[in-house]
Amino acid sequence: MVQMTMIQAITDAMRTELKNDENVLVFGEDVAKNGGVFRATEGLYDEFGEDRVFDTPLAESGIGGLALGLALQKFRPVMEIQFFGFVFEAMDSIVSQMARLRYRSGGVYQAPVTIRSPFGGGVKTPELHSDNLEGLFYECPGLKVVIPSNPYDAKGLLISAIRDNDPVLFLEHMKLYRSFRDEVPEGEYTVEIGKAKVVREGSSITLITYGAMVRAALKAAEQLKDEGIDAEVIDLRTISPLDTETITQSIKKTGRAVVIQEAQKQAGIAAHVIAEINDRALLYLDAPVGRVTAPDTVFPFAAAEDVWLPNEKDIIEKVEEVTAF
Amino acid sequence: MPAKNMEQMEDHFETFRILDEQGNVVNEQAMPNISANEMRELMRRMVYTRIWDQRALSLNRQGRLGFYAPVAGQEASMLASEFAMEKEDWLLPSYRDIPQLVWHGLPLYQAFLYSRGHFGGGRIPEDVRAVMPQIIIGAQCTQATGIALGLKKRGKKNVAFTYFGDGATSQGDFYEAMNFAGVFKAPAVFINQNNRFAISVPVEKQTAAKTLAQKAAAAGIKGVQVDGMDPLAVYSVAREARNRAVSGEGPTLIETLTYRYGPHTMAGDDPTRYRTKELTDEWEKKDPLVRFRNFLENLSLWSPGDEEKTVEEAKQDVASALKKADQVPKQKVTDLLKNMYEHPTPNIEEQLAEYSEKEERK
Repeated sequence: MVQMTMIQAITDAMRTELKNDENVLVFGEDVAKNGGVFRATEGLYDEFGEDRVFDTPLAESGIGGLALGLALQKFRPVMEIQFFGFVFEAMDSIVSQMARLRYRSGGVYQAPVTIRSPFGGGVKTPELHSDNLEGLFYECPGLKVVIPSNPYDAKGLLISAIRDNDPVLFLEHMKLYRSFRDEVPEGEYTVEIGKAKVVREGSSITLITYGAMVRAALKAAEQLKDEGIDAEVIDLRTISPLDTETITQSIKKTGRAVVIQEAQKQAGIAAHVIAEINDRALLYLDAPVGRVTAPDTVFPFAAAEDVWLPNEKDIIEKVEEVTAF
Repeated sequence: MPAKNMEQMEDHFETFRILDEQGNVVNEQAMPNISANEMRELMRRMVYTRIWDQRALSLNRQGRLGFYAPVAGQEASMLASEFAMEKEDWLLPSYRDIPQLVWHGLPLYQAFLYSRGHFGGGRIPEDVRAVMPQIIIGAQCTQATGIALGLKKRGKKNVAFTYFGDGATSQGDFYEAMNFAGVFKAPAVFINQNNRFAISVPVEKQTAAKTLAQKAAAAGIKGVQVDGMDPLAVYSVAREARNRAVSGEGPTLIETLTYRYGPHTMAGDDPTRYRTKELTDEWEKKDPLVRFRNFLENLSLWSPGDEEKTVEEAKQDVASALKKADQVPKQKVTDLLKNMYEHPTPNIEEQLAEYSEKEERK
């Protein structure tokens, strides 16, 4: 095993699949010679050549349509949206075209496209680069939405995404790209899409989150231990489909929950998770489910990010409130 | 660009024509390489499609079909261009381009299922190289580029043909697709059927450009404007575009000047609100069927007997296709749920169980 950052793990996943299956193609803006603006595709162009790893003109809808057309020729496109705030240009390609292809064709055609995109706050990007738009895609049947929180999962989930015969949106939190390293196995392994992971066992309360907030929740859990609160932490890893089974089992054990997301209160998926808890485990709850989110503004300009983004202190306060109920 | 150069560029896009409105050859040296039998077959398809279109309008009014976009007037544009395709070429139609889809291999009864909103209509048979009709204006253009690039990567000597209307040329996807195809030298043929109206908006309000063909220049690809009521001219340019594409010379944008005699769709559009009778009368004088019939009759390649036989054949085929469509089991919500993902996700599993039970109760 080697130590890798999340971005290295992501590159390694693409390299593994480019080697493994000649139908895999990696393309987008600046992904070839430049190796991606974050270097996520570093070295792939040199290793696999322009036929497999190539730059496209600067147009997201064009990239999406290209991916769908290539998928119809039985390729496995891995397309990049350079920053997630630009995804609106490709909404039709992703939501109205890829996500519906199997349905519209009565199961004859499929779109095994992986849509990679960096997202997430805390790295002081310009406007419309960091936005947490995952909730929009959660609401689109036919898509899967994966958000890894660490290098090991990132590689295993990305390999699964590339092998998946349905379109998978794979969101990479920019703050996690290089903030820490993790043991990552060489070669191929997969992490199952649609399965959450209990990353910390506990008995007093369940913290449910995904992406960069997993680390904030784990930090909060460590501090809460001193207060005698033993928090269980669930990393959703995939937000669509939601692993309601893992969530429900945990609630049945702890009786309390706080859902944490970086997205605004009216966005994201916390509300969906809470609705699922109400449907499946209401009678096991000792308190209403708490929510930690960003406020309902447009994603903030860089200078306000530190206050705007939820952090472990916010999580601790909410857990204390739910525990005291 | 100075105005003079702009005018010179626009003049470059002259309408290509072979037959005049009476069916006389006006451009002998441009006659395509097409056999007598092939011309007869093209005529048969145009007559057949006109009859099927008339039947579809009436069936729609009786509530026996669903969504339908009439095609009369556009037969040469649609069918002569599809005639230039090879069986292994890919077709990406819009919702109006059902005739091309059927002549490319989709069984007629499936076209009727599509009209009714039954998922069976989208189940393109395995040996038919086509995508289901597109609803979003222009989205098929970017997909055609992807398919074309895929064909090139696979080393296939085949082409992706895509069809869209004049309104679609205002969409970003149209430009993105041509631009991508140009950059990748993808074997794509973009067929813009300029029937003058995007529902009600006339082409003059769609663009300030004199032609739509000239929009190819911005993408660095070849652009051609053709008389879309002239089947031989349409066939000729489409075949040439196909040949260019397979020989690696890149994509072509073809603008066919055509006209839909009927409404935009049968869903309540009233063309008298935005089109004059004079305009429609004028276009009907250019009718592709009349023109081609005259041409073929002069060569003794078509007779009233051929016409009658084709009309009868079309009527019978429509009737039996409709019967076959009627026999297809009604679609169930569980069928639809099963087609969301390759393997049902847990939420889909739950809903499959819920709707199976509901469907059993009915």
